[in-house]
Amino acid sequence: MAPLYNQDDECNREDPAVKQLFLQGPSVNTRLLLVSVLSVSLMVLDHRFHHADNLRSALSVLIYPFRYLMNVPSDVGGWATDTFRTRRGMQDELDTLRTQNELLRADLQRLTFLQTENLHLRSLLDSSKRIGQKVLIAEILTVDLDPYKRQLLLSKGERDGVYVGQPLIDARGIMGQVKTVTPFTSTALLITDPSHALPVMINRNGMRAIAEGTGQENRLSLPHIPNNADVQVGDLLLTSGLGCVFPAGYPVGEISEITTDPSLPFAQIIAKPSARLNHNREVLLVWPEQTHTASATGPNPCQQYQQAEQTP
Amino acid sequence: MKQGQQGGWYIFLSFLAGLLLTSIPLPGWLEVLRPEWMVMALIYWCLALPSRVSVGYGWIAGLFLDVARDSLLGQHALAMSVVAYLTITLHQRIRNFPVGQQAGVVFGLVAAYFFIIAWVMGISDHAPNFSGILMASIMTAVLWPPVFHALRFLRRHFHIR
Repeated sequence: MAPLYNQDDECNREDPAVKQLFLQGPSVNTRLLLVSVLSVSLMVLDHRFHHADNLRSALSVLIYPFRYLMNVPSDVGGWATDTFRTRRGMQDELDTLRTQNELLRADLQRLTFLQTENLHLRSLLDSSKRIGQKVLIAEILTVDLDPYKRQLLLSKGERDGVYVGQPLIDARGIMGQVKTVTPFTSTALLITDPSHALPVMINRNGMRAIAEGTGQENRLSLPHIPNNADVQVGDLLLTSGLGCVFPAGYPVGEISEITTDPSLPFAQIIAKPSARLNHNREVLLVWPEQTHTASATGPNPCQQYQQAEQTP
Repeated sequence: MKQGQQGGWYIFLSFLAGLLLTSIPLPGWLEVLRPEWMVMALIYWCLALPSRVSVGYGWIAGLFLDVARDSLLGQHALAMSVVAYLTITLHQRIRNFPVGQQAGVVFGLVAAYFFIIAWVMGISDHAPNFSGILMASIMTAVLWPPVFHALRFLRRHFHIR
């Protein structure tokens, strides 16, 4: 039997016991009412009008030091694994990296050539030129802030020029987009979050589709594709660049299973994301290529679309 | 500070520890078992010092929880205030329960907390899955006895009142 909770012990005898028995100030009911009204109005402000962003930024700056503090254990772990490695293991890794580097360099030679050719062809077509993208490495501070969502906390914020809607990639593909920005940190929504969807196309035949998150790890679903559509297991999905959030041509995932049920109007298609969504320590924030337009063609359609979005 | 009150820093520190434990990164399988540390701290202080820690503390702590989890601002704040309210209203009774029975009450309080969060999420976003909530509630109840004894030690040792 657990020991009884001793009431005398909780009510300090030196203190007037009456004060402990009867709560002071406004009654608890009044306080709860006040606080509920405050909470509900805050939620409405935050959800409907996004007016609570300043308060959120201020509070997040307050807890910023603790976010670094709680990362210390895993940082120390990483440092320890790096320090106490065998010479043999490091040499092996060095060899693999060297080989990989050689291969990548070989690819890069072709890339430079293709880029020049592409620029030349684009100038012939008199369409907008693509200029190199700016990329910034951000560290992941926390994963799964809220257990019911798929999101990440990143170590770069407004100060570094991060903006809401900014695409996030890793070495293998699209990871997600930035959802909220505070001065020193930002939160990104992964493509597997149930509230996330992104426009994709199938690399093999150029068919457009939408890839929605399912909330489960490593599963994207492609809704509204008819049963007879030309989709095969193993097809690579790329971003289509529609919607002007993600730059075109980045790998998103690979079709992993197709279920066609004649009683359902659409096929059930599941894809596996290319990016390693839960294996990274660092991610890349991309500033999509600033398209600079040739004089004759007028402003870039994406910019026009974004301006139209901003000025309703 | 009102007369006779002391040790406010320790209350603050215990909430801070709760916030840290809530947001420390865990591997996936442990993530599901993460209890609600902040709720436990709030319930303890509401039981021990009801004239001091009450709905207001719950609200502020909940607001920080909102920012730490990047949820809708006010969602955890509302849930935490309701937990504080229920604990304060029942504190005379809960205090006299053995710790094991208190854990049962804590389970109920955490269930109420999750009910409000799930409600708000259902309206604003998409409702969370039930099994996750159940696991977190059970873990909170299971961990209540050690947390209770640890915080009671803290309170007695530093004469917090």
